[in-house]
Amino acid sequence: MTEEHLARLHKMKVQGRPQALVDAIPYLKFLNVGARLEADGSLICILPNQEKTIGNPTLPAIHGGVIGGLLESVALLQLIWSLEGPSIPRTINTSMDFLRSGQAKDTYARGRITKQGRRVANVRAEAWQDDPARPIAAAHGHFLLG
Amino acid sequence: MPGGEPDGAALEPAIDLDVIRSFAVEIPFLKEIDTRIDTLERGRCRLSLPWQDKLVGDPVSRVIHGGVITTLLDSASGMAVFSMIPKVMQIATLDLRIDYLRPAVPDHGIRAEAECYRLSRNVAFVRGRAFQDPDKQVASSLATFMLESSTL
Repeated sequence: MTEEHLARLHKMKVQGRPQALVDAIPYLKFLNVGARLEADGSLICILPNQEKTIGNPTLPAIHGGVIGGLLESVALLQLIWSLEGPSIPRTINTSMDFLRSGQAKDTYARGRITKQGRRVANVRAEAWQDDPARPIAAAHGHFLLG
Repeated sequence: MPGGEPDGAALEPAIDLDVIRSFAVEIPFLKEIDTRIDTLERGRCRLSLPWQDKLVGDPVSRVIHGGVITTLLDSASGMAVFSMIPKVMQIATLDLRIDYLRPAVPDHGIRAEAECYRLSRNVAFVRGRAFQDPDKQVASSLATFMLESSTL
């Protein structure tokens, strides 16, 4: 079962289908997260604006936990996409800065691998809405490989 | 004294805990993932949610997504801050650091508790933990919140 799953995920990667990979993750499917590949091989995740992700109805603003989860996800997906073999890294820790409130709009996120060692990878991720130069949140995380 | 911040009467907690509870239960995302407020007291909050297939983050191991744990810890931490501030105001998470100590076990709900252990005029400091079995902590967190964030 496990091997089968991993092989399936690997196939989506080989076929260049990031959306299929995202849709295989129940929580991301529940949040209706989209994914696309940029020409440089970096992966962009899109969290569409939707009422259910609101954490502050007064402003209104997206729940910080949802944005944090998006950052962790894009970091992990970028790693899965960049690793050679079929494996799912495990998050050791994440550290998130919330820079601006996440308005009720579509939110984008991307990750950049700053170092990939044999056992651990360091990844930085950012989320933005209108302008990538004005991120609403940034994170760095450590992920256990293999 | 470093900082020399007064801890006096101006910072006495003053928001009725039932008011905080009634706000929290109306938060759309918390409703969406069926979050419950188990306990709320001055400086401390404990939340939980039941197992739900839609919250799985790894289809192979079926471990719950880190974003769910992030949400629970951020929310419990924010509510712990609300329980300590002197008046109703906007607060905003400045940063949140989470260590994942062990994977959560599939098919079981998860709890998070947070303690606001220091409140200054501008910043609140909070530590938290997430667990299923109280003896086997799943994650720990440290967060800071800005108070009166609307004036940032």
